[in-house]
Amino acid sequence: MKQVELEKKLIAVARANPPSDHMPPGFSKRVMAILTARPVQDLWAAWARGLWYAAAPCVAIMIMFSAWAFFHAPQHTNQAQAPSIDLAQQLDNTLLAAVDQNNQTSDSGW
Amino acid sequence: MERTEAELISAVLKGDAASFEPLIEKYSPRVFATARRYARRESEVEDIVQEVWLKAYQKLKSFRGEAPFEHWLMRLAVRTCYDFLRSHQRNRESAFSDLTEPEDDWLERFIHQPGEAREDADAARQLVQRVLEYLSPPARLVITLLEIEDRSVKDISKITGWSVPLVKVRAFRARAEMRKILAKIAKEKYL
Repeated sequence: MKQVELEKKLIAVARANPPSDHMPPGFSKRVMAILTARPVQDLWAAWARGLWYAAAPCVAIMIMFSAWAFFHAPQHTNQAQAPSIDLAQQLDNTLLAAVDQNNQTSDSGW
Repeated sequence: MERTEAELISAVLKGDAASFEPLIEKYSPRVFATARRYARRESEVEDIVQEVWLKAYQKLKSFRGEAPFEHWLMRLAVRTCYDFLRSHQRNRESAFSDLTEPEDDWLERFIHQPGEAREDADAARQLVQRVLEYLSPPARLVITLLEIEDRSVKDISKITGWSVPLVKVRAFRARAEMRKILAKIAKEKYL
C-alpha cells in the first residue's frame, strides 16, 4: 500500500472538509452570564485581606514571646541593681581609660 | 453607531463587561471552527470555546493592540485546544481494528482505484479524524496547523509560543508518527 499517497490523500480530505463554524444559539448570552456572575478580583483588596489575616498570628506570637520573657526573666532582689552598678562602673572605666593612659605616659617623663 | 473593536476593548477594561458580548458574537464562529478540529463531541467543543472566552476576558489587560485582536484571540484558542488535547489523551496503543465498514470500503477503493476515493466522503472524513485522534497532542497540533491549515513554521511558532527549531522538530516527529499509524493500517488490514 502506498502510505505516502494515503497520507497525502487524507490531508487533502481534511483540507477539503473544514469544520463547521456554527455557533449554538444563546451561546454568547451564556458566556456573558458566567462572566458577570464571577466576582471581580481586586488584587489590592486581596493583598490587604491577607495582611489582616497575618496580623492575628503575629500578635499571638508576640504575646507568647512576651509572656515567656516575663516569666523566665532572671530573679534579682538586691542584686537586681548590682548588674546596673557594675555596668555603670565599667562604662566609667572605659571612658576614663584614655585619660588614665595619658596620665601614665606624662608621669613616665615624656 | 457601531463601536470599533478598540472602543469595545477599552470599555471592557474600564469595567463595562457588556461591551464584551459583541466581541463574542463576532469571533465565536472562528473559535468554534478551531475547536472542532480538536474535539469531536459538541459538548467538549462548547466547553473549549467557553474556556477560550473566559481566558480572553481575564487576560484582556495583556492585549497590547499591536496586532489585530483576532490574532491574539486565535493564539489563545489554539493553546486552549492544545491544553484540552493534553488533558484528554486517550490510550493510543489500541489497534486500528475498529474501523467501520464505510471506512474499510473507502480504504479499499483508495487502494484499487485512488481516483474513485472521494475526498468529500463521510467515511474519508471519519478516517482522517480517527488518524488524528491517534496522534500525540503536539503531533496533532502541528499536523493540523502545518499540513491541514497550511500555516508557516513562523506562524505556528507565534501561535503556540514554541521556538522555530522546536516547531520543526515536532513537525518531523509528527510526520513520523503519522507514517507509523498509516503503516499500522497497512499491516493490520492489507497484508
